[in-house]
Amino acid sequence: MATEMKPNFSGRPGGGPPHAHLFGEKEKARDAKGTLRRILKYLGKKKAALALVFACAFASTLITVVGTRLNGYAVDHFIATRNPLGLAAVCAIMVGLYLVGVVSTYAQNTLMLKAAQKTSADIRRDLFSGIQRLPLKYFDTHASGDLMSRLTNDVDNVNVMLAQGIVQLFSGIVMIAGMLIAMVMLRPLLTLVALAMAPLMFVSTKIIVNATQGYFKDQQRELGSLNGFIEEMISGQKTVTLFSREKSVVDDFDRINRRYVRVSIKAQGYSGVMGPVNNVINNLTYLVIAVTGGVLAIKGMGITVGVIFTFLLYMRNFTRPINDILNLFSTIQSALAGGERVFEVMDAEKERDRDGATDIADIAGYVNLEKVRFSYVPGHEVLKGMDIVARQGETVAIVGPTGAGKTTIINLLTKFYDFDGGRILIDGKDIREITARSLRRTISIVLQDPFLFSESVRENIRHGRSDASDAEVEDAARQARAHDFIMQLPQGYDTPLSDNGGNLSQGQRQLISIARAIISDAAVLILDEATSSIDTRTELLIQEALLALMRGKTCFVIAHRLSTIKNANAIVVISDGRAVESGTHAELIAKGGAYAALYNSQFSTGMAL
Amino acid sequence: MLKLIKDNLKGSALAWATVAPLMMFLEVAMDLQQPALMARIIDVGVAKGDLPFVLHTGALMIAMAIAGFAGGALCSIFSARAAVTMSGEMRHSLFRKIQSLTFAEIDAFKTSSLVTRVTNDVMQMQHMLLMMLRIMVRSPLIFIGCVIMSFMLSPSLALVFAVIIPLVVASVAIVFSKATPLFSVAQASLDRMNTIMRENLLGARVVKAFTMESHEEARFAGANEELTERSIKAQRLVFVLLPVVTLIMNLGVVFVLWTGGREVMRGGIEIGKIMAFINYLVQISGSLMMAIMLVVNISRAQASAVRINEVLAATPSITEPQGSRHMADLSVEFSRVSFAYPGSRANALTDVSFSVCQGQTVGIIGATGSGKTTLAALIPRLYDVTEGQLLVGGVDVRSLSLAELRERIGMVMQETSLFAGTVEANLRFGSPNASIKDLDGACADAQAIDFLKGPDADYGIPVEQRGRNFSGGQKQRFSIARTLLHEPGILILDDSTSAIDLKTESFLRAAIAGRMRGKTVFVIAQRISAVMNADVIVVLDAGRVAALGAHRELIETSDIYRSIVASQLGEEALRHGN
Repeated sequence: MATEMKPNFSGRPGGGPPHAHLFGEKEKARDAKGTLRRILKYLGKKKAALALVFACAFASTLITVVGTRLNGYAVDHFIATRNPLGLAAVCAIMVGLYLVGVVSTYAQNTLMLKAAQKTSADIRRDLFSGIQRLPLKYFDTHASGDLMSRLTNDVDNVNVMLAQGIVQLFSGIVMIAGMLIAMVMLRPLLTLVALAMAPLMFVSTKIIVNATQGYFKDQQRELGSLNGFIEEMISGQKTVTLFSREKSVVDDFDRINRRYVRVSIKAQGYSGVMGPVNNVINNLTYLVIAVTGGVLAIKGMGITVGVIFTFLLYMRNFTRPINDILNLFSTIQSALAGGERVFEVMDAEKERDRDGATDIADIAGYVNLEKVRFSYVPGHEVLKGMDIVARQGETVAIVGPTGAGKTTIINLLTKFYDFDGGRILIDGKDIREITARSLRRTISIVLQDPFLFSESVRENIRHGRSDASDAEVEDAARQARAHDFIMQLPQGYDTPLSDNGGNLSQGQRQLISIARAIISDAAVLILDEATSSIDTRTELLIQEALLALMRGKTCFVIAHRLSTIKNANAIVVISDGRAVESGTHAELIAKGGAYAALYNSQFSTGMAL
Repeated sequence: MLKLIKDNLKGSALAWATVAPLMMFLEVAMDLQQPALMARIIDVGVAKGDLPFVLHTGALMIAMAIAGFAGGALCSIFSARAAVTMSGEMRHSLFRKIQSLTFAEIDAFKTSSLVTRVTNDVMQMQHMLLMMLRIMVRSPLIFIGCVIMSFMLSPSLALVFAVIIPLVVASVAIVFSKATPLFSVAQASLDRMNTIMRENLLGARVVKAFTMESHEEARFAGANEELTERSIKAQRLVFVLLPVVTLIMNLGVVFVLWTGGREVMRGGIEIGKIMAFINYLVQISGSLMMAIMLVVNISRAQASAVRINEVLAATPSITEPQGSRHMADLSVEFSRVSFAYPGSRANALTDVSFSVCQGQTVGIIGATGSGKTTLAALIPRLYDVTEGQLLVGGVDVRSLSLAELRERIGMVMQETSLFAGTVEANLRFGSPNASIKDLDGACADAQAIDFLKGPDADYGIPVEQRGRNFSGGQKQRFSIARTLLHEPGILILDDSTSAIDLKTESFLRAAIAGRMRGKTVFVIAQRISAVMNADVIVVLDAGRVAALGAHRELIETSDIYRSIVASQLGEEALRHGN
């Protein structure tokens, strides 16, 4: 999924064969105009820069117009009349003009680039802060791969369009306008003749695009199945080997591959015709001008050789930007499609506190769930009336089969999701009346698979409380039994962690996440225990660390280790969205109900699995 | 890279690839005539007032333009044929090669990288060939053609190229060499920013739980700024190029105008020829820039070619033995086995010895990284031992035919992989000849019949890519059913019940016990409860056998076993016993 910066020396995006991108290979935006307007609005904030750019563009075009005109002028007025001095003068003027032109073109493009890149930065910034305010539900319901694609690829497409596309588009349009005006000012009649060919170019482009649209759709569809098959088979390669299915898999592959090749040949072949088509139209245009000009010159209708010459040069400077802009078209299209996807995320509904919600500061830690009902998907209730009471400083162990609703309880306590019915009270106050952020500051969580960030160990621990001092960080690490291994790391506390702490072992990551929870000094702790034990040495450290963490706090533990469960103040057995039993270990065993059955099944006879 | 492409250009594709450049040649040849003919219109037609000549020349130009178009269009069609067919062939070779690789090579290359190579890298090759047959023929031809035509018009004026061409090449080279490092630096910034984005996405829970939002925004702002600055710096340099090259070209035009104009005044050359000359001059600098840009693209394609060749050159480390022997029974014996993954210095297993008779159940337990999965993978010969001997059915595993090994041994891996299709197709993956009754039996035993059989009782439920539409626990049971259907003599379960609740797991245990009576079973787990009732328990610690025996025995003799039981099941379990 990496996005790539393409050093693009022609200033032309993509750098691939001309017209390759024109053919519906990428999505189209549904509301292209709206998205364009929004992007331009961002750009519009840089008014001063844009004004300068326009001025430079005007200057550059003017220079090109005059310089080109001087060619023809020189031919008619100095060469034809044998005036070497005059010729020298004109040439000198042209040199001067071109030197100035370099400066103004460079200035124009660079100023536009700066404005465009800064605009990109603004969009990225707004996107990021938008994401920070999205409810967790959004992340859970949207495929992370797709979201990542929007944040990286789509943003990048918009950036490319702004940084390269707009620069080119702008200078191209100014040049086309300038040339058109110059041509009309020179010889309106000849201009008309020349322009007669222009519609041909657009019409032929449209015809080819329409004709090949179908082939491209087919190609993309077959490509999708081909890539999907490849990805699936190679990811599952080991299974294929285990069942000795190599040959039949290759046969299946060949079928799909052949289908793709057949369709792609058509798509690539016919679309490639675009280039030659535009080329021949260009050629015909030039020759029409040459012939018409020649005829008119012979008939003595005020056309000189110099004029023909100038006209041909004007036409060249007129058609080249048109070709460039046609190329640009699909880049802009995919950028707009990308921009739309980016704005969709930005516009998504944000997490909101209820009106009148207030902040909560220090809490004692009395947590109460009363008949809480909740469903992720309407109609499929996960919690059907959950009751749990945790007194200050108590440890409540929550046990039950997968899918019973344990993780959901965490989501509701931290206000990641809003429950549908019942009440959740903290210190007697309904959490709906409490702001989410302040609530979360009073709760710390330790997850099964701790998530760490690519910063230093110190910074990762400090995430628990941003104003913690270095001494406090170290103290938390000691309590979490993490200090020793941290000091063994190459740079100690300043060692940077790689992706999700990949340069540490599972156990070490757990210990750091415990240190992070310790430093947050919250009154309530939610612990989602890892199911499988890590090696016994680290296991012991983690258990000690957890004991230190849990001291004095109200703890909700989604427990898997019988040792944790048995030592809890209260055990709540959850089944099918309800708390079916609660009490201490001894009480529940004596009861001989669900808990007892679960406990005893650890020791059932029969074959072990 | 060229060899790679050539190897895959077979049969008709080769023919197309040969004809395409010829068509391009035709197009360019025709195009190059246009300026010269235009010169004749001016010099002969207009100068002499010869109207018919002008019209005739015009007609000739039209004919040539059309011929050129035919050349261009055919080139496009033929080159597409050649390139797409070539890449299809390359894709086939690569895919087939991957199917012949063993776990060792697949691990070394990594799955995601293999996928990229078969998809993206092959596409790069296609793109490259397409470019080679089209633009890479066109640009040099235009360049050379223009130079030739210019020489024909005026040898003395053509000397201006001796100045212009080196200047253009030098400018591009200088900008190129300075800009590339700047782009790498900018890319690093982009990667950094994307990492922060991704972390906030995947770690949204943590960010919210610890109210880290403003901290993250500050971190992001820093990365954003850095990226913007570096991108501007890199791109700005590139923007120098076009104006500079245009300037060089324009100065060249002025020079031609000046020198050529004086020549015209002396009567040494006609004005039309000067106009044509200038026309060619403009085309030369354009095609020169284009050709140089293509060089940039070659290096990217080169990288892809290397990656593809790497895979094609890989030799599978596990091969069929010559004259294979047969398994005598379903016993397994590890004899002083050591194993290190290829490319790794440390042993994953060291001096492992134990033996299992037919009909026994073996439990293998240990922490993450202790070597359990590695041990299991050796049995069906997915890897070869580096030291010692592994005997299956009394025969060294290296002397058994791979087909027999895979037939008699069934393994359920930790990560389930299901394929898009139907439930039935997936179940039958290893057992194409199974009957519906067999399917019923296997699914029932795997505790999966309720969600696999489907409302029409025909196992026709669709399976989405990677089995996305099934939950974790369902996928595991699905996978177990598939392996059970295969009716292995030796069954290996590698931590295959981690997402299944205890109640279902105990039913599963019982069903498998019944099915595999008299056959050999390996159970690999982290939960003691899963292996407690095995005939033999092997405790692995850092690749070595730390304890070996049945549960009661180990409670008495092994400290390490005792501490694992204590930590998982509590002190009581030590006294509980069976």
